[in-house]
Amino acid sequence: MREVDRRSKHSRRVFLKGAATAVPVVTVATSVAVSVEGAWADDASALSPATMKTLLKVARDIYPHDVLGDSYYITAIKPWDGKAAKDPAVKALISDGISRLDQNARDRHKVGYAEVPWEADRVVLLKEIEGSDFFQKVRGDLVVSLYNQKEVWPRFGYEGSSAEHGGYINRGFADIDWLPKA
Amino acid sequence: MAKFDLNDSSVVVIVGSGAGGGTLGNELAQKGVKVVILEAGPRIENQDFVNDEWESFSQLAWTDARTTSGTWRVAKDFSGLPAWIVKAVGGSTTHWAGASLRFDEHEFRVKSTYGNIPGANLLDWPVTLAEMEPWYAKAENKMGVTRTNGIPGLPGNNNFKVLEAGAKKLGYKTVHTGNMAINSQPRDGRGACQQIGFCFQGCKSGAKWSTLYTEIPKGEATGNLEVRPSSMAVKIEHDSSGKVTGVVYADVTGAMQRQKARIVAVAGNSIESPRLLLNSASTMFPDGLANSSGQVGRNYMRHMTGSVYAVFEKSVHMYRGTTMAGIIRDEAVNNPKRGFVGGYEMETLSIGLPFMAAFLNPGAWGRSFTSALDGYPRMAGMWLVGEDMPQETNRITLDPVVKDKFGQPVASVHFDDHPNDVAMRAHAYKQGAAVYDAVGATVTYPTPPYPSTHNLGTNRMSEKPRDGVVNKFGQSHDVKNLFVSDGSQFTSGAACNPTLTIVALAIRQADHIAGAMQKKEI
Repeated sequence: MREVDRRSKHSRRVFLKGAATAVPVVTVATSVAVSVEGAWADDASALSPATMKTLLKVARDIYPHDVLGDSYYITAIKPWDGKAAKDPAVKALISDGISRLDQNARDRHKVGYAEVPWEADRVVLLKEIEGSDFFQKVRGDLVVSLYNQKEVWPRFGYEGSSAEHGGYINRGFADIDWLPKA
Repeated sequence: MAKFDLNDSSVVVIVGSGAGGGTLGNELAQKGVKVVILEAGPRIENQDFVNDEWESFSQLAWTDARTTSGTWRVAKDFSGLPAWIVKAVGGSTTHWAGASLRFDEHEFRVKSTYGNIPGANLLDWPVTLAEMEPWYAKAENKMGVTRTNGIPGLPGNNNFKVLEAGAKKLGYKTVHTGNMAINSQPRDGRGACQQIGFCFQGCKSGAKWSTLYTEIPKGEATGNLEVRPSSMAVKIEHDSSGKVTGVVYADVTGAMQRQKARIVAVAGNSIESPRLLLNSASTMFPDGLANSSGQVGRNYMRHMTGSVYAVFEKSVHMYRGTTMAGIIRDEAVNNPKRGFVGGYEMETLSIGLPFMAAFLNPGAWGRSFTSALDGYPRMAGMWLVGEDMPQETNRITLDPVVKDKFGQPVASVHFDDHPNDVAMRAHAYKQGAAVYDAVGATVTYPTPPYPSTHNLGTNRMSEKPRDGVVNKFGQSHDVKNLFVSDGSQFTSGAACNPTLTIVALAIRQADHIAGAMQKKEI
């Protein structure tokens, strides 16, 4: 069977402040990622960097895929900042939602949500607010903004658009080779 | 290409250009009848379709406001989107999978066969299978349905091979790659299927039959058919004798126009068609046009549906190739010993990662959900589609509050499952899982119904005017020159996909209309 190359082709440009940077990303990816960690959150204008970082943790906890690095989740949640800049109601929804989550975390664990060390404990905190408008809006947005990234698709073995490659008629539409003989 | 005057009262105006309207328009045009098709959506040719689920959804789907109520889960998860249908020239024939099956004989006689089912508003069709057979044959030939007219079946893809192997292990007998209106070899000026895998997003190669690039251009070539895209019908008008005289519609600029007509045929799908009739209420017809029976909008059917996705140890890549790549027909029989009347089909189905995330278990999150998605490349899937019970209380009404941009009340869709639907779905989930378990599934996921693709029954056919909206030719009982030409005329839903029957009825209706026009009956 023709398998899908799952290796990440995703450049880590999301970590870099200037999109037009000439840094050869691939060779320095790891160090760049470490050195500018959090820089993406400082770009936020309407929402605080702390709020954005907590939102990232929330996104990971809602749809945890251990095979995906943070960059995909950052891409998925970053548009909230722009939406918050345009609409005070959205800004309040996200800020207040994160504040409440942080407060609940402090009451229970003495630290903010993002600092609660174990996923299982954070999930309990999310369960408590599952019915809230904040949670529903964030989850409803994320189910599209995360899984509709073309860069994410190969990680799930999904190949996306095929017509420009002539479909699958010569590319493994019927190449399954492990079924028991009928 | 024809262009008719707004005051030309000799034309037949058809509202909608899908399986019903598009076919009727071409058939009439071929017979020399002048036709204007008003299509609410834009004209998007197949080279402009996109292999991207969400982008295509924005391009093609009907997303105008609608409201929902009832106990069906769609009302909770997709409250503004009761149906997944298309607003574009070609209607939902751009989006459909291509399955083209005939009703069984008993499926035209549901009241006689099933008897009195509490809560079900069953009625026999005023037509029989024997009467429909020649029209089915014409439809199959027109659409190029595989396994008819000497057309070979499509090759099975990976998703089908898993289904087939499981079905055979389980002892199912009627398992094949379906009767599909998708070219397995070049035919009718269209090429063979390239196994692109985006049937729902519009077939870019044109191998799948759609009125967009078959009926409509053929009709236009006669000089008798004019299609007006981005033209939303808002009201059908009538004269003091009760005959319809034309259709008021909003054109592409939003300006109101009035196209006069000798005959009006409504083919806007089972949500918009009754909405248009209800919105056309007048002093003479206070409950809406063609509604003396009170049945307009009632008996809304959407098929018993559900899906089963299964994950295996090794790769399947179900998304490669035809979306609906094969079928198991053994459960389509009526065998009340299973605990329900009517039957269901099991048909392979694949959706891409973006839609799998949205539809696998709407609202779900956390590790159990993401674990399922992690299995995506090793997944096989099937859709379960069966006969649901018509119920008077499942209905399309005019929303008392929400209006569209032209000030017209939007459609409100109410649906509750009938106990028969629930029992059938439970059986279908169990059998679907068994098919995959038989070939080593490590986990199976029963998946709830998607927003409705098969919308049926809201202007149903009946022998007696008091029981339904239209007669056996889709002609309104109340208004002689008003017809219904889409799936809303279905008296019952049957187990199988509805498009072939819609097309067969449209061909037959064209014959009836042309004959009646010639005899000056209408």
